[in-house]
Amino acid sequence: MKSFGFNLKPTRTYDIDTQNDLCAEIAEKVPSFRQCMFCGSCSGTCSAATHVDFHILQYNILFRRGLQSEIADKLDQCMLCGKCGMVCPRGVNTRAMIMEIRKILSNHAK
Amino acid sequence: MGQEIHTIIIGGGPAGLAAAIRLGRHHRVLILEKEAECGGKLNQWDKLFPDFEDAKTVRQTLLQRLPENVTVQTSANVTEVAQESGKWKVTLQNGETHIAPTLLLATGFEPFNAIRKEEYGYGIYPNVITSVELESMIAKGEILTREGKKPQSVAYIQCVGSRDEKVGNHFCSVNCCICAVKQSIEVKQLLPQANQFCFYMDLRMSGRNYEERYRESQEKYHVNFIRGRVSETSVTANNQILVKAEDTLLSRPIKMKVDLLVLMVGMEPSPSTRQFAEKLGISDPYGYFVSQNSETADNATVHKGLFVAGSAKRPMPVPQALKEGEAAACEIAGYLSDNL
Ligand code: SF4
Ligand code: SF4
Ligand code: SF4
Repeated sequence: MKSFGFNLKPTRTYDIDTQNDLCAEIAEKVPSFRQCMFCGSCSGTCSAATHVDFHILQYNILFRRGLQSEIADKLDQCMLCGKCGMVCPRGVNTRAMIMEIRKILSNHAK
Repeated sequence: MGQEIHTIIIGGGPAGLAAAIRLGRHHRVLILEKEAECGGKLNQWDKLFPDFEDAKTVRQTLLQRLPENVTVQTSANVTEVAQESGKWKVTLQNGETHIAPTLLLATGFEPFNAIRKEEYGYGIYPNVITSVELESMIAKGEILTREGKKPQSVAYIQCVGSRDEKVGNHFCSVNCCICAVKQSIEVKQLLPQANQFCFYMDLRMSGRNYEERYRESQEKYHVNFIRGRVSETSVTANNQILVKAEDTLLSRPIKMKVDLLVLMVGMEPSPSTRQFAEKLGISDPYGYFVSQNSETADNATVHKGLFVAGSAKRPMPVPQALKEGEAAACEIAGYLSDNL
């Protein structure tokens, strides 16, 4: 094919129908996962986020929307200090959530 | 009615009935209802948020409480109201007139006509419905797409016809957030397999048990709340609805196909509300009634002996409309004892 010197960018739109919904799987282990109201308190207080590009709320939502591949390597930056859980107004067990997401992702990667 | 009426109430919905219940104990009251029966929008509703109270029971209770002094005239279409030598004269379509020293306008709202938000496809795609239509499906206990199938996925769009300059409504309709939470719970009870998504800009949950129910809809009924206003919809070959929005918490466009799309329509002044508001010069920019003072005289108007109550003033939930009616009754009773 003739090359015109440019190519198409892939779409940024994500199609939720084609994603792998693992919410039920995590909610079984960490029921409080469903209580999140996406307020961002966790991200705001996160000790890691102060210094590095780490967004716990965003990863939580990406996981919910089935975009797990995008967070596969990100959660390792969490120090599991638990600060996020101390501020969460909805009582989400954020540390358990993070550990469980890590587990689920490594199981699915196998 | 042989004796003089003290108060004419136009509108036999929650606010009008509540006012009549209070006033009727010591005054003669005439309710003029344009429909064949009283109850207003309660007649179109099944259960009320947040306690899933039966709307019919609420209506029945109100009607039973009407004192003897209250006369109800249904199918009474008021065409004109006018002040005449210090009293209020009301003319019906059939030419009949009634006169009283005080008049309470409780003429309510009507649901936003979703056809005006063309980009959501209401009236074009068969599987786009309004919250009002969903309510009657819930009442029948059967939720079906136009093809007669049980939907596997349902999405709700908040703020349809509200908070939207494009349709001329800057205001929030107050009831639609809670309605989405209520209906998504009921839909999940009827269709345990269905996935549900609710597109919102803000979730306004300001009453007793409101926030708790919202939380319950997530925890127990697994409703997915996605922050972002749906920008457009289209239809697929098999009549599914393709929804496009920005997932604002991810700063990324999202799309999905759903079997049923429910528009949470807002509240606009009813045609009678608009008509009287304009005629009497008490209209706000949208056609709702403006009270004399929103803090200290919120049921009185600039006209002596003319009072307003309920969702003809601004969108409000049923319990508030009932309190409005009672508050108006107090103001009217005070006015009558000062002036008669
Ligand atoms: S546990 Fe992880 S996500 Fe939570 S505050 Fe600590 S570093 Fe941040
Ligand atoms: S603080 Fe809690 S509720 Fe808020 S976004 Fe984080 S996990 Fe969710
Ligand atoms: S109550 Fe909720 S859905 Fe209705 S207009 Fe207000 S914010 Fe929008």
